[in-house]
Amino acid sequence: MSSNKPNMTPENASPQYIPGSAGGENEKKPGVRISSGNRADNSTPGSKILGEPIMEVRGLNLSYSGKQALKNINIAFLKNRITALIGPSGCGKSTLLRCLNRMNDLVDGVEITGETLFGGRNIYQPFIHVSELRKTVGMVFQKSNPFPKSIFENVAYGPRIHGVKNQSDLGGLVERSLKAAALWEEVRDRLHDSALGLSGGQQQRLCIARALAVEPEVLLMDEPCSALDPIATAKIEDLMGDLKDKYTIIIVTHNMQQAARVSDFTGFMLMGELVEFGVTTKLFQNPDDKRTIDYITGRFG
Amino acid sequence: MTGGALAFCLIMVTGLVALIMANGLGFFWPGDIYRFTLKDGREIAGQLVEREQIPGSDTNVPGGLFRIKVKQANRDLYGTDFVWIDESAITKKDKPADAILIHRREWGDFIGVIVEVTDAGKSVAKGPQEGLKFLKSLLPQADATLAAIYAIEKGDIGQINYRQDALRLEIKKLEIKGEGARFKKAGIEAQIAELGKQYAIQSARIDELKKKQTANVKLTAAGGVEKELPLQTVVRVISPNTEGVIGKTLIYMERLWEFLSGDPREANTEGGVFPAIFGTVMLVLIMSVIVTPFGVVAAFYLREYAKQGTLVSIVRIAVNNLAGVPSIVFGVFGVGFFIYFVGGGLDRMFFPERLPAPTFGTGGILWASLTLALLTLPVVIVSTEEGLAQIPKGLREASLALGATKFETTWRVALPAALPSIMTGLILAMARAAGEVAPLMITGVVKLAPALPLDGYWPFVHLERKFMHLGFHIYDVGFQSPNVDAARPMVYTTTLLLLLIVVFLTLGAIMTRNRLRKKFAGSAV
Ligand SMILES: Nc1ncnc2c1ncn2[C@@H]1O[C@H](COP(=O)(O)OP(=O)(O)OP(=O)(O)O)[C@@H](O)[C@H]1O
Ligand SMILES: [Mg+2]
Repeated sequence: MSSNKPNMTPENASPQYIPGSAGGENEKKPGVRISSGNRADNSTPGSKILGEPIMEVRGLNLSYSGKQALKNINIAFLKNRITALIGPSGCGKSTLLRCLNRMNDLVDGVEITGETLFGGRNIYQPFIHVSELRKTVGMVFQKSNPFPKSIFENVAYGPRIHGVKNQSDLGGLVERSLKAAALWEEVRDRLHDSALGLSGGQQQRLCIARALAVEPEVLLMDEPCSALDPIATAKIEDLMGDLKDKYTIIIVTHNMQQAARVSDFTGFMLMGELVEFGVTTKLFQNPDDKRTIDYITGRFG
Repeated sequence: MTGGALAFCLIMVTGLVALIMANGLGFFWPGDIYRFTLKDGREIAGQLVEREQIPGSDTNVPGGLFRIKVKQANRDLYGTDFVWIDESAITKKDKPADAILIHRREWGDFIGVIVEVTDAGKSVAKGPQEGLKFLKSLLPQADATLAAIYAIEKGDIGQINYRQDALRLEIKKLEIKGEGARFKKAGIEAQIAELGKQYAIQSARIDELKKKQTANVKLTAAGGVEKELPLQTVVRVISPNTEGVIGKTLIYMERLWEFLSGDPREANTEGGVFPAIFGTVMLVLIMSVIVTPFGVVAAFYLREYAKQGTLVSIVRIAVNNLAGVPSIVFGVFGVGFFIYFVGGGLDRMFFPERLPAPTFGTGGILWASLTLALLTLPVVIVSTEEGLAQIPKGLREASLALGATKFETTWRVALPAALPSIMTGLILAMARAAGEVAPLMITGVVKLAPALPLDGYWPFVHLERKFMHLGFHIYDVGFQSPNVDAARPMVYTTTLLLLLIVVFLTLGAIMTRNRLRKKFAGSAV
């Protein structure tokens, strides 16, 4: 994707959308209504314009070999915010997430209709370079998957692919990425050891560092803490708070406390539908939908 | 149950190797020379080869039921190298101290007693002891003269022949081109004439050297026959009955070295097998260089790029079945496709001046390697595919999610991860290729190759040349040679060598694979 998107550059966006403030004064730019996705926008009392979306999904349907996995999803992800997706297993959270960087393209027999916009442009249009898109929309997987290479090479992999050759540039980039992923202090003395020798939590943070090294704008995280102990989880949650300043984060999680702790917005999905979407505190304290209530009170799924 | 099967296999394999070793390793050991006096007054001298019960004889009678096989040598005198003697016919058996064994360049070994050594017709040493001492002192000089002659023949004269041939081809080329070349032609002919003069000079040098070869050794063989051997026909003189263990060990080492590094003599039944070792190793290496990229690319295509469907399944089944096709079928394909079609085409295009003598249109190490590569291709494809299938999906996704293209992911993630499997495939391919003989026999192996496929003449690597191969050597020596009895130990020795070479090549590949594995699993830059 080209970096000069019409209205999405961080420079002109950030000053206008101060966290928490409503974006009412901005009429020209398309704001988004945060509401329970499947209902009419104005029927939700909480709906209000909160900021500028960096990614937006409109009327998305997806089926795997004819089996529908996503049904008419409408959602917007705001810049420099953390959006959490929750829902019972198999409801389509990962599928939705993987639509955002077109990882679903790899699956045979997948069929997608509807629009997925990044910076106002549909990323499923034929002229879009998928690799460029994935560079801008990074991803961290549920199961940490470092390459069987050294720590340094893991982080340097992406930049190398994208043409960074100079060794000192790479070194600086690796250091910055590892620092941003709060891993630097732990690995600075063994950058050239195998990444597979790291602990699970360290490996996951390495994967985050690796994703940050290509300098994405959006970071998709699919249950990044599900295999980690509470301390490692806490580290990554702290990390997300720090990363928020620079990146937009979309996280899938099974852990509702986690969603409540880290996210600004939360979407609740059920059987391929986005049942409810809104500000996290509202969704957890005063949900609109009966199914949401059931789920977060543990009566369901 | 499975343990039993495993043990059985192990016993079979060790038994096989032990048999080959027992038969092959003793070949170079200089056995003692015995002299047997028989009841009929005959005298036979030679080395003991084996002892067996006379077929059909009564085992209850003590003594006299066994016979022995003796290598009496002196094929030119007696007609055969070996005789069977009934033990009951022997009246006396002893080890004469003055009996010696001479390895000759022709006619095999000679066993006898030295009478005298002469030089230019004059006697220089008389009697067995004097004679042996003198003979041994003369040998290095004689060897040096021979080496000098050989060097001129192979080196200088070889060079002249090579250049003359090249010039003649040049003329032919000009003739094919037609007019306007007469002037050039005259120049080339002058060059050829000049080379002819040089040739005369070199032959004169050889004649000069040959004049030095004046020494002879006169011996008596068992039975009283006298024989005079020119010194230059003597390779080695051994006095096994007076030689101690250390002396014999030295002789053993010397012969082993000759075997490994020398050229064959006497229709391959004696001397060394170096050209065959060279041919075998080179063949396998060329094969590996060809089969690896093709197999790997094919496997990557099948697994990573081709749309998985019936067609790919059919291709896969076909590839797997290719591994079961008899190797001679590949040989026939090699002859028909590589040699006649590709080779013939190359000849017509690039070497018209040499026709009708073929250059590439005949068997050669390149075509044999290609045929073997085809033969082993399925092994490499299958194991590479297995390796690719084992790569965790997460690794590829990680790479793609970082914005790598499919090709970059294949190149930087899948290929390194699949390397150990590729090496495994290569190891299996090498093991199979090193042992194949049938397809080679029709694609370029010969009994005796005039030159190695690698030498000092431009372009140094001569892939069109015919070559020797240990597997074929075994067949040839063991079953095609005029003197099968004499060659039998050589068969075992060569077999052992072939086994060793396969083991070494495979071990080399396994070590490479282990290094790669470690690199794959451990630290890497
Ligand atoms: N590659 C695929 N091929 C076919 N069906 C798939 C594929 N991936 C997911 N599905 C199906 O799509 C539905 C949604 O799957 P998805 O992985 O998005 O669920 P999820 O919400 O992430 O669940 P979890 O919390 O267990 O990870 C499931 O019914 C699943 O079986
Ligand atoms: Mg999931």
